[in-house]
Amino acid sequence: MLQEESDLSLVIAQIVQKLKGSSLYAQLERQAWASLQRPEIKLESLKEDIKEYFKISGWEKKLQNAVYSELSVFPSPSHPAAPPEHLKEPLVYMRKAQGSWEKRILKSLNSMCTELSIPLARKRPVGEQKELLNKWNEMGTDEPDLSLFRPVYAPKDFLEVLINLRNPNYENGDSLSFRTHLGLIQVPLKVKDIPELKEFFVELGLTTGQLGIDDSTQVPPELFENEHVRIGQKVLAEQDSAAAQQYIRQGSPTALRAELWALILNISSQPEDILYYEQLKTNVIQHDLLVDSLIYKDVKLTASNDDYYFVFEDYLYQVLLCFSRDTSVLGHFAYNSASPPKSYIRGKLGLEEYAVFYPPNGVIPFHGFSMYVAPLCFLYHEPSKLYQIFREMYVRFFFRLHSISSHPSGIVSLCLLFETLLQTYLPQLFYHLREIGAQPLRISFKWMVRAFSGYLATDQLLLLWDRILGYNSLEILAVLAAAVFAFRAVNLMEVTSLAAAEAVLADLSTLKVMPLLQIFLFATVT
Amino acid sequence: MSVQTIRNVFSVETGYRLSDDQIVNHFPNHYELTRKDLMVKNIKRYRKELEKEGSPLAEKDENGKYLYLDFVPVTYMLPADYNLFVEEFRKSPSSTWIMKPCGKAQGKGIFLINKLSQIKKWSRDSKTSSFVSQSTKEAYVISLYINNPLLIGGRKFDLRLYVLVSTYRPLRCYMYKLGFCRFCTVKYTPSTSELDNMFVHLTNVAIQKHGEDYNHIHGGKWTVNNLRLYLESTRGKEVTSKLFDEIHWIIVQSLKAVAPVMNNDKHCFECYGYDIIIDDKLKPWLIEVNASPSLTSSTANDRILKYNLINDTLNIAVPNGEIPDCKWNKSPPKEVLGNYEILYDEELAQGDGADRELRSRPGQSLGPKGGRSRDSGRTVLTTWK
Repeated sequence: MLQEESDLSLVIAQIVQKLKGSSLYAQLERQAWASLQRPEIKLESLKEDIKEYFKISGWEKKLQNAVYSELSVFPSPSHPAAPPEHLKEPLVYMRKAQGSWEKRILKSLNSMCTELSIPLARKRPVGEQKELLNKWNEMGTDEPDLSLFRPVYAPKDFLEVLINLRNPNYENGDSLSFRTHLGLIQVPLKVKDIPELKEFFVELGLTTGQLGIDDSTQVPPELFENEHVRIGQKVLAEQDSAAAQQYIRQGSPTALRAELWALILNISSQPEDILYYEQLKTNVIQHDLLVDSLIYKDVKLTASNDDYYFVFEDYLYQVLLCFSRDTSVLGHFAYNSASPPKSYIRGKLGLEEYAVFYPPNGVIPFHGFSMYVAPLCFLYHEPSKLYQIFREMYVRFFFRLHSISSHPSGIVSLCLLFETLLQTYLPQLFYHLREIGAQPLRISFKWMVRAFSGYLATDQLLLLWDRILGYNSLEILAVLAAAVFAFRAVNLMEVTSLAAAEAVLADLSTLKVMPLLQIFLFATVT
Repeated sequence: MSVQTIRNVFSVETGYRLSDDQIVNHFPNHYELTRKDLMVKNIKRYRKELEKEGSPLAEKDENGKYLYLDFVPVTYMLPADYNLFVEEFRKSPSSTWIMKPCGKAQGKGIFLINKLSQIKKWSRDSKTSSFVSQSTKEAYVISLYINNPLLIGGRKFDLRLYVLVSTYRPLRCYMYKLGFCRFCTVKYTPSTSELDNMFVHLTNVAIQKHGEDYNHIHGGKWTVNNLRLYLESTRGKEVTSKLFDEIHWIIVQSLKAVAPVMNNDKHCFECYGYDIIIDDKLKPWLIEVNASPSLTSSTANDRILKYNLINDTLNIAVPNGEIPDCKWNKSPPKEVLGNYEILYDEELAQGDGADRELRSRPGQSLGPKGGRSRDSGRTVLTTWK
């Protein structure tokens, strides 16, 4: 009991510390001062009266939302004397693997830089700055010569690293048994099995109404949809983050989705947020970074060719270029196993005083990175809001998809979860695919790394991301991947090569996500 | 059958008669709807008729604009209406107008003007004689240019919707669920310096595909469902549903307008390509109707769409794949509709005494949802009053 209490007070202290630096704190202070004018505030009961006032005026709700937001990324309770690396990632071998992966990426970036003799960063001449400012809304028409640039890495390179991950302390014996894991990932992490998943995703069950299933043609809206929309509007009126998160587990009506996501991510567009975005924009105009070309190339290769997202090409540049200059993103490295790459001012290699983070936000984009932003363009067309939403989505969820960690939502756990589900519940399929050299993870990895963006139809993708927000976990990606394999199992059993298996699973755009998940979790005979 | 052949088939001179087992894919005088000038003429006439009858449909607002029938931008025939046009032009001299040749397609010969001097040559022979005596080569229509189109990603787009008409009297028409939006490759700007840049203003694929940024994978096309998702997410469900209801309304009204003059030959059916532009107040405008919508494809998805379109069209026009008999009642069973939805069925509407304009909210069951009640020819609107 005492231990829990002291853990809790530690957590509270840390959150208070964090929030003290935020603009919300300043606003609350101002509000408290202003409230002294009000007649109901009396000197004798000052504290209670102000608290009461906060409750009525909705400020307490805002504070609640902010605390809830902090808690969602709070690292799990650990020993108070744990060093910061431990908070990032408790397992040493994982940290080491992440470290060497980062070294490789940085080396690749540096060598590209030397090869092309382009500086990592340079200040733009005034003429170029003016030109870019004029073209800010249509950077897609810019055609810089990108042929020599290559993406720093692609998901399949990352997969190779994960496959070779081993826990040096783990000895699973020489004998092969039915318990042996047949998949590519060979690290012993705890993943949920179907009974546990059923409990975790209880709101996706057969007896609960869902958007994505119960709003289809054949179901009259009076049964579920109308009531669900009504509740959604009520949640928005109350401005309660936690309630919104619970609500969205059953899916969000299209008209309410933009606001609901903003509420759950605790994004409100304050003037200082817009100013911040403008500041980032100025940074983009003034300096040119090597990663900018990587971003251009990525957008041109992926989103520009996508049936759904090509329209928003220019928004993608506006968001991603600013993102790479945003140093506030560095904050998330406290709970991310990755560390931002460091670069040194020319001539001062190794001297810590001359080290800077490169790129300024510490995130090196890889092939397909822009697809994280693209679906958001369907919801937000105001650049600074779109930017904020993306940034929050990244520091809460997406970063886990390309860093090596033991977190249950980390990509390693997701891969393991996927493979375990497949092996346990579709053993024949798994064995068959393995025999023909088509390890299922090789096909599903790219889906999970991109959170299915660009593979599913947009409306289905948004329904999926609703659930990611609702459950504050990425595990649903692994479950969906397994469900897709289960759905196409009959065809997959007949293929005889990796290429044929890829072909069967090449087009996911007609899939309906929620029925697949429901059937896999709740309606399959185990 | 191409438009040219139809002209020959139905021309008085050839004396060709279609036999009972022959069905053709055009109505003999489809040009009443598909020629830009005739379409406008017919719609104007239809409006005046309704006004004379005192129908509530023809209600006008305080500025004299039709409340429910104002879906075609102000248009004049040139050179016939030149003087009328000049009067209108002088009322708002900073407006932009678009000149379109009456009989051409694919964006050919279209240009924008904002000064009277640019169309001087149509003023020379401004006789008041009916335009029929003018050579069709010179006939143009000039319409008020919609310079505030709804932009997505900063780009202008228009909607191409397919509508199948199996008979005009009683009116029976079907709307294809899988229409698409055509985007310009260049960002939209109403600036006068770019009035000549057709890549900014004209959405025809025939034009856009010559642009620098044309992409062959997606072809600058979006499905109507994408548009719907985007609008619902950013603008809300009510205004989006209202927009789509209005689009269906426009189509039905335009067909009703030409129904009386259309030669309702029982050997005929027709699939039209409707071009609609949405302005930034989410009001749809009918730009034109095409008799021979392009059935070639620019992308892989396109090919699949057009293939299904032809398939579904033929299934409705000629049921069961049997040798057709033009005497059949043209009421196909529900199963063959494929991706078509019943847009308006006059027989059904008159039969029940309740106007069952089965508006397609994609996915919702067709029924008297938000329907307007109608009895003995009078229509009372309830939805968007």
